Amino acid sequence: MSALTVTGLCKAFGGLHVTTDVNLNVEPGERRLIIGPNGAGKTTLFNLITGELTPDSGSVQLFGRELTTVPSRRRAHLGMARTYQIITLFARDTIVRNVTLALLGLSKVRWNPLIVIDRQTELIDRAHAALKLVGLAQIAERPLSQTSYGERRRVEIAMALAQQPKVLLLDEPYAGLSIDERRDVQETIRAIPRDVTIVMIEHNMDVALDFAERITLLHFGKIIVEGTRAEVVADPRTREVYLGH
Amino acid sequence: MNFWLVLTVNSVTFGGLLFLLSAGFSLIFGLMRIPNLTHGSLFMLGAYFGATLLTGVFGVKLNFWVAAILAALGVAMIGALIERLLLRRLPGDALAQVLVTLGLSFIAADLCLMVWGGDPINVETPPWLGGFMRLGSVAFPNYRLAIIVIAVVFAIGLWMLLERTRLGAMIRAGVDDPDMARVVGIRVSQLFTIVFALGAALAAFAGIIGGPILSVYPGIDQDMLPLALVVVILGGTGSLLGSFVGSIIVGFIYNFGQALLPELAYFVLFLPMLLVLIFRPQGLFGRQLP
Amino acid sequence: MKPELNGRNVALAMAFAALVSLPFWVSGTYYINVSSQILFYAIFALGLNVLVGYGGLVSLGHAGLFGIAAYATGYFLQAGFPHSAAILLALVVGIASTAVFAFLALRATGIGFIMITLALGQIIWGLAYRWISLTGGDNGITLHGRPAPFGLDLGSASAFYYTTFIIFLIAVVACAILAGSPFGAAIKGTRDQPRRMNALGYHVWAIRFWACLLSGLLTCVAGILFVYYNQFISPQTAALTASAEVLLMVIAGGPATLLGPIVGAALVVIVKNVVSGYIERWNFLLGAIFVAIVILMPEGLVPGTVRLWRGGLRAFRRRRGIVLAQSAEPKP
Repeated sequence: MSALTVTGLCKAFGGLHVTTDVNLNVEPGERRLIIGPNGAGKTTLFNLITGELTPDSGSVQLFGRELTTVPSRRRAHLGMARTYQIITLFARDTIVRNVTLALLGLSKVRWNPLIVIDRQTELIDRAHAALKLVGLAQIAERPLSQTSYGERRRVEIAMALAQQPKVLLLDEPYAGLSIDERRDVQETIRAIPRDVTIVMIEHNMDVALDFAERITLLHFGKIIVEGTRAEVVADPRTREVYLGH
Repeated sequence: MNFWLVLTVNSVTFGGLLFLLSAGFSLIFGLMRIPNLTHGSLFMLGAYFGATLLTGVFGVKLNFWVAAILAALGVAMIGALIERLLLRRLPGDALAQVLVTLGLSFIAADLCLMVWGGDPINVETPPWLGGFMRLGSVAFPNYRLAIIVIAVVFAIGLWMLLERTRLGAMIRAGVDDPDMARVVGIRVSQLFTIVFALGAALAAFAGIIGGPILSVYPGIDQDMLPLALVVVILGGTGSLLGSFVGSIIVGFIYNFGQALLPELAYFVLFLPMLLVLIFRPQGLFGRQLP
Repeated sequence: MKPELNGRNVALAMAFAALVSLPFWVSGTYYINVSSQILFYAIFALGLNVLVGYGGLVSLGHAGLFGIAAYATGYFLQAGFPHSAAILLALVVGIASTAVFAFLALRATGIGFIMITLALGQIIWGLAYRWISLTGGDNGITLHGRPAPFGLDLGSASAFYYTTFIIFLIAVVACAILAGSPFGAAIKGTRDQPRRMNALGYHVWAIRFWACLLSGLLTCVAGILFVYYNQFISPQTAALTASAEVLLMVIAGGPATLLGPIVGAALVVIVKNVVSGYIERWNFLLGAIFVAIVILMPEGLVPGTVRLWRGGLRAFRRRRGIVLAQSAEPKP
């Protein structure tokens, strides 16, 4: 059974077709890279998969379970996590509180107005464990406002990983990073265990190439090429739309 | 039968006044994203200015329409000043705009109370519109019919302004996408002042021509502002058609409510709001509320 | 955990002691009554703060809810119910109204939320005015006597003060617990990053709805204390001015804090009492304060005064205490 199956997905804003008949099949444990120039509809595709946008037609399945009618917040509970290209964190809180909020999201405790969040040691320990995975354990208590851009990227990933997703959607995790920071994030992503299936968006093909097992090339909302890394790189259509004219 | 006909005419009349009030509110909100809570005050100021000009300043008694236009111009200036001096400093800060306009409305209400006192002021109907028009056995006050005509003329005028003129095209562009309008070189700053002054003038004009029907009293601002809000919630923001339809709906509901369930007139207003918010939260003719 | 002996805790302990002993060192019923007013308005402000400060949802209709609870108490007492039943029923009516209120207002966020709450508040005010058979219209409803729980007559100023004080303490503790709880964190999360909260598995709408209800509960409790204090309720209680006053308390003291709304309530009640002793122009002053806060002290009255006091006009813009919550839907 596939980890993530997308069938015939379409979305238009007014007359603008941003996603046209997209089909994807991602196997469990696979590392899938979705590339495409700016405006190819990559982030929209993620928003459709996570349910933040409602598709005009088509379906999304997670390990065979139909998600079309499942609201996006429930999809997190079913094992889908994502990061945002534009960093979307809780700027007033500490790093570890950010990750704790991610853990709370899947916990029944989140409705409880009567207990003290700082005494939820089990949750907080798990938050620290997730931060260790991304190499931020030693600055866990730092307020987010005092962190660097690269560290925030890793907080984004830690929040997603903390939820122990089955499918992880990474939206341009290298965007805006320096070379050193990018190396750190690359390490982090490489270290994610194989029981997590990863789909990553990147518009700069070079930085993510060695990560990908299979690559899907998106252009104007349509899938142009799909195949193994070697196949996609060698395909003339890739050169045409992507690697330069 | 007569009762219903008269009530219908009254409803349309009131709807016409509401349209003049809410069209400006809706445009200001649609274009500038400013929730202008002084709009009720501008209505009241227009009414008081007009009433004062009518009773005579320095012994000169003005013609009704001259007074109405002067009052509207005066309030337009006040509106432009509010926009230039205060709101201009708070771009994009919705909460600050709410607080400032709310604060100004309290100040205006208290000033009016100081200047004009607590008793209602009756505004006399212009003499040549004082009669009735008979249709069979029913008599309609000419003045109410005149208000309907004025509202329709203004609606058409505003529509022409928005659809047929350069200024209108700029306003529409601003409503659709303020950032884009700025990028293509529309002088948004000037446009904002013009629209704010126009909205203020319309509200003030509605205040004075509504005078013979509603009279002018302290608290009329707080009576009218929620009605304008309900119109905009019903019709949708930034839409002239929405304001028009919303005003007529509220005019009918409010008048029929007052006639049939006088105690619950305000509560009946709640029902269309409820339905629209549940089934079409962006309003009948509007885009999504921000 | 042992309470630390730092300046803050000492100050709090001193404030507590001052409030407990207040009727003994304050001379005259008038001042005890003003203190009672401060305390129940502080409960009201704490209630609004749950929504405005923590939730980022600015309501301009809260006086309507406050008024509903107060009117309901008066109405049920008039109908012959005993105090306990009237209070309970008023809470039920108040919470139910809050639920309807929240359900409608939460169709929008940001400015939309403000406008809908304003319209709803004004409708409640209009009803209080016009639905004469229920509310007595402009004449309002007059109560006859305060309750006497456990044989303790609340008719005296200090007995009423202590009752209000106990309820106030419960409210403060409840708010402190809420602020440090997972649900409190969830409310603040929906204020700062609703979209992210949704993606993390939170039900943003439901969290905001419950925040409204909690806010409404405190508001209704304050409303009931108010009507027993004044023994009278009229439409003025539900007016937009009243909603603006309580919003001023929250903003003035500093939103999203525990002490802010309490300090704000004290400031507004004292200023209002002092001013009305000299001139009638409270509304003018209220309006002027709003304009001044926004233009001169965007971060709130207390921190703003401190800054102006220190003469720093630098870093003058930005840093307002309130963040408006936005919709959880992504913008296409």
